[in-house]
Amino acid sequence: MISYAECSARERLALLLDPGSFHEWLPPAERITSPHLAQLGVPSAFDDGVAIGRATLEGRKVLVAAQEGAFMGGGVGEVHGAKLVGLLQRALCERPAAVLLLAESGGVRLHEANAGLIAVSEVMRALLDVRAAGIPVLVLIGGANGCFGGMGIVARCADFIVMSDVGRLAMSGPEVIEASHGVEEFDSRDRALVWRTTGGKHRWLTGDCDALVEDDIAEFRAAAIAALDASKPLTLAALEEEHALLTARVHALLGDTASDNEAMLLWSALGVADAQRVPDLPVEVVRALRPH
Amino acid sequence: MSDVPAGLETLDFSFSGGRPAGAFASILVGVVGSGNLEVMLEPAEGIDCAVRVETSARGFGPIWQAVMNDFHTRHPLAGVRISINDMGATPAVVSLRLDQAVAEITGEQP
Repeated sequence: MISYAECSARERLALLLDPGSFHEWLPPAERITSPHLAQLGVPSAFDDGVAIGRATLEGRKVLVAAQEGAFMGGGVGEVHGAKLVGLLQRALCERPAAVLLLAESGGVRLHEANAGLIAVSEVMRALLDVRAAGIPVLVLIGGANGCFGGMGIVARCADFIVMSDVGRLAMSGPEVIEASHGVEEFDSRDRALVWRTTGGKHRWLTGDCDALVEDDIAEFRAAAIAALDASKPLTLAALEEEHALLTARVHALLGDTASDNEAMLLWSALGVADAQRVPDLPVEVVRALRPH
Repeated sequence: MSDVPAGLETLDFSFSGGRPAGAFASILVGVVGSGNLEVMLEPAEGIDCAVRVETSARGFGPIWQAVMNDFHTRHPLAGVRISINDMGATPAVVSLRLDQAVAEITGEQP
């Protein structure tokens, strides 16, 4: 077993796709780097923290991007975002079986401010165009930095999300919530709380991700292959269904304090048996607990 | 206050008298993270091994020189361009990354 979380973006590409099939566009030797970081005294990366290209997955053509969480927390800067947009737009011409986003990101790279914000919004628009063209966009989340901020929104715009139990997906990160609402609301140093609220098991039980896997590259690969035809057309009916699900979730808990709105209470309210045991249960057991 | 100005420092080194590395595909190892660095090796014209370092840790030129001298002693390469983006890696980490990069192009175990 090889831990997905411990691999770099490039190691994930090498191990997840068919061996030797990844062909990179704008590789490091092209030196398409950030125009902003050097001015701030921050070193650039030759790939601006994301590798994009085409490959095959179980023999089928895919386009793929992998974000490097160790470089600026996977933050989306101007070039990084443009590479994602270019990849998605190319999918409209090449019509691959799917586009895979190996997401690991804290969201917008704050050093690049508005350029990063605009980049993320362009990624969302490009992703929705790909989805509308009937090409599934699959997001894989299992890196140590999770998938937060703008990339969290991007992930939820996609057709299909695969998460490991160590993966995290949310909008505001733990420190952001604590800074804005206080430690009584959310203690960002409480790791168990952080994972209960943003981790893969929680996202699986609440229906925010579509597959829950172990922290194992081979499991991510198998889940991605299984999802290759998982195109979910973005229809009015699908949106209304999503809104109904979110409304039901809001009404599932009506407490006034943070402790009244614990993830475990939500799982119970959604019909998960033995909700307080979930954090200790193995992934394969939690997989069977999802209420429907 | 340090008298070392803020910002990146660029360092260039060049070594001659190495063995031609021959043809190889450009490779990248490592990541620009705290205490880490990325090293890119590319084939280059000529008989030198040229090194460019961009680092956020200013004022360590003599240490980089020593680390690169040691590297050239271990791996006397010619016709190679080495490009480094550094975020404060220690000399030992730099040496390991350089050896890892050479192992990638020669197929040897680091």
